[in-house]
Amino acid sequence: MSLLKLTGSALAKKTVAPLVIATRASSHFVYTPDAKAPIEGPTKKMNMFQAINNAMDIAMERDNSALVFGEDVAFGGVFRCSMGLQQKYGKERVFNTPLCEQGIAGFAIGVANTGATAIAEMQFADYIFPAFDQIVNEAAKYRYRSGNLFDCGSLTFRAPSGAVGHGACYHSQSPEAYFAHTPGLKVVVPRGPNKAKGLLLACIKEKDPCIVFEPKTLYRAAVEEVPEAPFESPLGKADVLRVGNDMTLIGWGTQIHVLKEVADMAKKEYGVNCEVIDLVSILPWDKETVCNSAKKTGRVLIAHEAPLTCGFGAELAATIQEECFLHLEAPIARVTGWDTPFPHVFEPFYIPDKFRCLAGIKKLIDY
Amino acid sequence: MSLMTTARQLARFTGRTQMLTKCLATKMVHTETQNSATSGGERARFPGAQAAFVDKPLMSLPENSEPIPIYRAMNADGVFEDPAQDPNLSRETVQKMFRDMVLLNTMDKILYESQRQGRISFYMTNFGEEASHIGSAAALSPDDWVYGQYREAGVLVWRGFTISDFINQCYGNREDEGKGRQMPVHYGSKKLNFVTISSPLGTQIPQAVGAAYAFKRQPNNDRCVITYFGEGAASEGDAHAAFNFAATLDCPVILFCRNNGFAISTPSKEQYRGDGIAGRAAGYGIAALRFDGTDIFAVYNATKQAREYVLKHNKPIVLEAMQYRISHHSTSDDSSAYRPAEELEIWNTVEHPISKLKNYMKQRDWFNEEEEEKYVKAIRKQVLAQINQSEKIPKPDWREVFQDVYHEMPTHLKEQMKQMEEHVEKYKEHYPLNDFKN
Repeated sequence: MSLLKLTGSALAKKTVAPLVIATRASSHFVYTPDAKAPIEGPTKKMNMFQAINNAMDIAMERDNSALVFGEDVAFGGVFRCSMGLQQKYGKERVFNTPLCEQGIAGFAIGVANTGATAIAEMQFADYIFPAFDQIVNEAAKYRYRSGNLFDCGSLTFRAPSGAVGHGACYHSQSPEAYFAHTPGLKVVVPRGPNKAKGLLLACIKEKDPCIVFEPKTLYRAAVEEVPEAPFESPLGKADVLRVGNDMTLIGWGTQIHVLKEVADMAKKEYGVNCEVIDLVSILPWDKETVCNSAKKTGRVLIAHEAPLTCGFGAELAATIQEECFLHLEAPIARVTGWDTPFPHVFEPFYIPDKFRCLAGIKKLIDY
Repeated sequence: MSLMTTARQLARFTGRTQMLTKCLATKMVHTETQNSATSGGERARFPGAQAAFVDKPLMSLPENSEPIPIYRAMNADGVFEDPAQDPNLSRETVQKMFRDMVLLNTMDKILYESQRQGRISFYMTNFGEEASHIGSAAALSPDDWVYGQYREAGVLVWRGFTISDFINQCYGNREDEGKGRQMPVHYGSKKLNFVTISSPLGTQIPQAVGAAYAFKRQPNNDRCVITYFGEGAASEGDAHAAFNFAATLDCPVILFCRNNGFAISTPSKEQYRGDGIAGRAAGYGIAALRFDGTDIFAVYNATKQAREYVLKHNKPIVLEAMQYRISHHSTSDDSSAYRPAEELEIWNTVEHPISKLKNYMKQRDWFNEEEEEKYVKAIRKQVLAQINQSEKIPKPDWREVFQDVYHEMPTHLKEQMKQMEEHVEKYKEHYPLNDFKN
């Protein structure tokens, strides 16, 4: 694994933005910045890795117990998220660990048991599985099984996830649904720099163990004005990014940008007004916002990169069906990755791109 | 061709650099005197290991290395072979050690029986391993954090966990601080710095390392972490992770292995082929100390020395207590299915940790047969009374199912709790509501 991983990291580090464009005719999404900054005050143009770096800088500045660690974080991280932090805060607070995900997770839990803040990086979400036992059996259950005597609430895992154009089986996965099945965890996915900064700061402060899946294709591609001051994006809260009456489109991460474009296309081609919801939080998720929208529009399309079967879309669809049965005008549609491993050269045929989403919308209209 | 030339040039360059570099040159001398098999004294420059070249393919054979010896302070008669090894603990301390072992042993016998009678759902005894618990606990500071596996109840006894604390946990009643959520023997105590036990094996070991790292960073730290695990758990990937992280991140942690010869039915010869667990330490660059886990003073001395070492150097140490699991693995196991009864005999008599300490005390006239019998009787009585009492104490409010999943209960859990409340209200005759506090 390590060799492959290094290859992957190097690739990703050097090529995320330029090579994706060079090797593929076009990226499968167009990044559109948030319309409004989350708070007032001076802003700075940042891409997503810079916003994440900024959030960790703030967290370390104000909390001397905060540690940043993982594989290759000391020199700045293979995606540059921890650039400059070791120089600023020292080797004791920003450091490399041996190459062992279960160790990173177990170590992070121990740090958090003492009340110190642990910000641990899994180099790719694809490699979080060796730590699955520590995360699912230990981190998630610590508070519960000890009767609240002990907890590891001050830990946050960050993991680059999602499609990147050429990541194939082990640099593309979106494993959020595995963790959504685990009571005790909080799981979030940002759609851009502002959200990444706000969510990361919220997760670090949160008294429960959190996982932030960061869509790696956005690290450089997503650029927007980000407030320089600290701010937090609420966990468990979805964002309605576009208001519409005819149909609800739900996604998270990179897929949000696909859906925003699809909403434009649907308006232009079919005259349909789509409401676009960024779920943001996978666990716990914002049932109220989702169901209010579904009741209003009567038609719902859910899109995610992860495979269909038992993907988080299934949970959303089942709940919407239960809560909004009398309002639904058509079956809930899911446009997702196929039930296959994530392939290399076939990526354009695998991802739920704008044309598959548009086709899904057409079906819902015609139902 | 050009590659070969480059290699030769590089080799020549390497040689020159060595002559010029003081530290490397020192190492070269060391190599030449220590190892006659080097090729012309040339020192390797690979970043991954500090070693000399040899000109023959010499295999490092495991059978060529001596096993790490087992430190023993006193023999089975309670006599110190080297009197200097006597830690000269006070009579009160030794008596507390003895009585705590007896308490654990007595409580174990009764709780084991109570499980057989169906009064509690599960139990695991500590027979034969009492000295490794009490001896190590006595050598630690009460502020040191403990991460255990599940067969370390003696550490809690030493620190002041009471008979009622133990039994209430086994019953999961409302006096259990763990709120009845885990199986019996999954103890934990915030005030005694004993981190709550969980069933997945080995998971606590890297956690202990992380906690030790966090403590190390606190100003004037005088607190280390000890983590206990069996030799079976040491086969888990988490043990590897922990050893390696502890070494590379310089953590003041004591990695305490109870090597009792069995992991359920699996004998240690099917668990590993190396020199036990202590034999692995060097491979991680960690200090190691192996000792007789049935000799409470060997355990005490070793742990005390280990504690001083880890705190002085901010480094880990592997301790390996050699002992024998006299217990069945658990109440769900009958060990006669995989080992002969005769084998147990020796460990139950001359090699038993309690009898060894008894012999030591007898020599000092610190042991009074009559008093001890009285003590055992009193403990028996207390345990039986506590069982009767714990059985009658209601279990926590059943709504505790939903608490502590998160720091604050999220909306979806509130909804699920409400659903269950309505359901229980309607179908109450089908649920054991009388056993639960309302």
